[in-house]
Amino acid sequence: MAHFDPNAKPFSHQWMNDRLAVDTLKRVLSTEYWIPKNINFLWAMGMILAATFGVLLISGIFLLMYYIPDTQLAFDSVNHTIMGEVGYGWLWRHMHGVAASVVFLIIYIHMFTGIYYGSYKRGRELIWLSGMLLFVTFSAEAFSGYMLPWGQMSYWAGMVITNLFSLGSLDFQGLVEWIRGDYVPGQAFLGRFFMLHVVLLPLAIMGLIVLHFGTLRIPHVNNQDGEEIDFEAEAEKWKAGLRKESKVIPFNPVFMSKDVFVLGIYFIIYFYLVFYHFEFAMDPVNFDPADPLKTPPHIYPEWYFLWSYEILRPFPKDPGLVAFGFAQVIFFLLPFLDRSPNVAPANRRGPFKIWFWVLLVDMIVLTIMGKVPPMGIYTTIGTIAAWVFILLWVALPFITKMEKPIRGQK
Amino acid sequence: MKELKILAVVVFFTLVTYWGVEPYAHSVMHKHVEFKNFQYEDLKPITAKGDAAKGQALAAACAGCHSIKGAKMPAPMDPVTASATYGVNPPDLTLAGAVLDEKYLAHFLKDPVHTAMVAHKFKDKPYPMPSMATDDQSAADLVAYFKSIAPEEVTPKEAYEFACGRCHEMRYAKWTQIGEEPKTKPNIQTKMDEEKLKFDQKLAQYKDHMVKYLGKLPPDLSIIVRARSEDFLKTFVEDPQSQLPGTAMPRVGVSKEGYEKVFQYLEEVGDPSKPKREAVGPWVIGYFILFTFLAYLWYKSQWKGLK
Repeated sequence: MAHFDPNAKPFSHQWMNDRLAVDTLKRVLSTEYWIPKNINFLWAMGMILAATFGVLLISGIFLLMYYIPDTQLAFDSVNHTIMGEVGYGWLWRHMHGVAASVVFLIIYIHMFTGIYYGSYKRGRELIWLSGMLLFVTFSAEAFSGYMLPWGQMSYWAGMVITNLFSLGSLDFQGLVEWIRGDYVPGQAFLGRFFMLHVVLLPLAIMGLIVLHFGTLRIPHVNNQDGEEIDFEAEAEKWKAGLRKESKVIPFNPVFMSKDVFVLGIYFIIYFYLVFYHFEFAMDPVNFDPADPLKTPPHIYPEWYFLWSYEILRPFPKDPGLVAFGFAQVIFFLLPFLDRSPNVAPANRRGPFKIWFWVLLVDMIVLTIMGKVPPMGIYTTIGTIAAWVFILLWVALPFITKMEKPIRGQK
Repeated sequence: MKELKILAVVVFFTLVTYWGVEPYAHSVMHKHVEFKNFQYEDLKPITAKGDAAKGQALAAACAGCHSIKGAKMPAPMDPVTASATYGVNPPDLTLAGAVLDEKYLAHFLKDPVHTAMVAHKFKDKPYPMPSMATDDQSAADLVAYFKSIAPEEVTPKEAYEFACGRCHEMRYAKWTQIGEEPKTKPNIQTKMDEEKLKFDQKLAQYKDHMVKYLGKLPPDLSIIVRARSEDFLKTFVEDPQSQLPGTAMPRVGVSKEGYEKVFQYLEEVGDPSKPKREAVGPWVIGYFILFTFLAYLWYKSQWKGLK
């Protein structure tokens, strides 16, 4: 039985502590949550992602007040009501659209940081896996949100992507119709994607963010050298006042102070994009209302899906789908395909260094080829890049198995 | 310093990706059409000097189909009847001298179908607009007349209504092909808006005639400035066939100034937040610069003596 001090005034420190253990919570989650000192600004990407998700959530709530999920009214509710009639509606929409695009850039930077520093190994596997689940739910969130303005690209991207579920020659038309709720994208389709976008997926994302933070708490954050730190011993040093000698810093306020600074720089760039350079996040094609009688000359997904789209595109129907499926799941397997015990920056890991940079460049090539029309030289480059992507992952267990242990590491 | 190097790597790959999916990919997807500054170089310069008085006499023939409200000549038919006869409602000519290019207008009066570049749509039927000038002199006289009656100042909205508004609606500005949507109210008892229904019926008939005439309904231009690039719009208006071969859209023949007026209106309606963005942007960015500066001081104070 817990002890409750009968003399504590309601909401006083003592009173709260008895009921909520606020001191313990603060210690465990903030002032004695130890972060290695040896990090760079890339370690602030998590905080930037959390903040961007906050921006998306708040701007989304404002947009939700005026958006109408009806195929007849959706387009005008966005482009006329929100953009023209509601005070600052344009600002919320541009913030939402730009954040939705930028959040993927930060996700990719965050992912490649993890890959580069080997932050998915030695107790950190669940961090990687929960992060990948977040990537998948964010992708679904982005796709469902893209349907809502009911423009030409909403309609036709919805058509193309739901068609994938016919699974090529298996020809599961029934499954496609079940997903759409109709033979073609229509009211039923818009209604369910609206629900997914504003309720189910945000809930899933919030749950997964908590899980992602949770998976981080015990193994702690990695550091620039992949050094295995005895966090308890280092924390003792810090508490003894050896701030310089200790290899760790408390999350709050020391780590936070740098995070907030990086966040400030990020928001300067973000709002520059929101006010002066938002076109990249709002495709012109989607400013034409959905027209089932007119297919746009070029159908392409948003930039962050292009690399996997390009893995689908150069192959015939069935192998293309298999390759696409491969691309969707393969990142999940990274902690298990990397057979090397080394936790170190890629540039100290021999062949893995080459693997990392080739993967990065290859995915950028795939991204660009995914947008240009599939013709002539672009098809050739796209096909080669898709094969390189597949072969890189096939090669990964072998090259990491051959990797020599780095001195000082088990 | 190491952090700056890392930042440089991140920025480099980000910019390469941006360049690839935006400027580069769009340059591949959209064909390049040379902008000719609304000079209409395929049309020979007209050297004849026009006489507005003679033009006025010739313009009497125009009034058989067109209204010229600036010269107190009313429309011979209402828009729906006119569209049943001609396909679309012929324009009021008051602004012809102000919005259209002089050289274009002269050539259009002589040879409408070729000057408007719609011969491909009228191979086996006559173009509703007949040739109104047999030689350069009478064309120049008519142009001089239209210029004499044109108002000094044309608003962007008027330019739009004259040059585009009989085919393209603009629902965000409550503009339809037969004029502005009337301000009506439903009957409080029946919840029916009879005036609106009557107007909608007329509009439906007009659109029906137009679709028969043009092959499809021309797009609503409410947010065309967001749906098409500035470059596309000006090259398309200057020479529609260059961007969309076979399109029913005629070469309207707006002058450079006329186009600027029309574009200004398209932008006012299609991108109404532009002035607000320009007003609010510096404050928000300024706030975050200050925020970042203070955050930097905090960061420096917290990390002092740590390394």
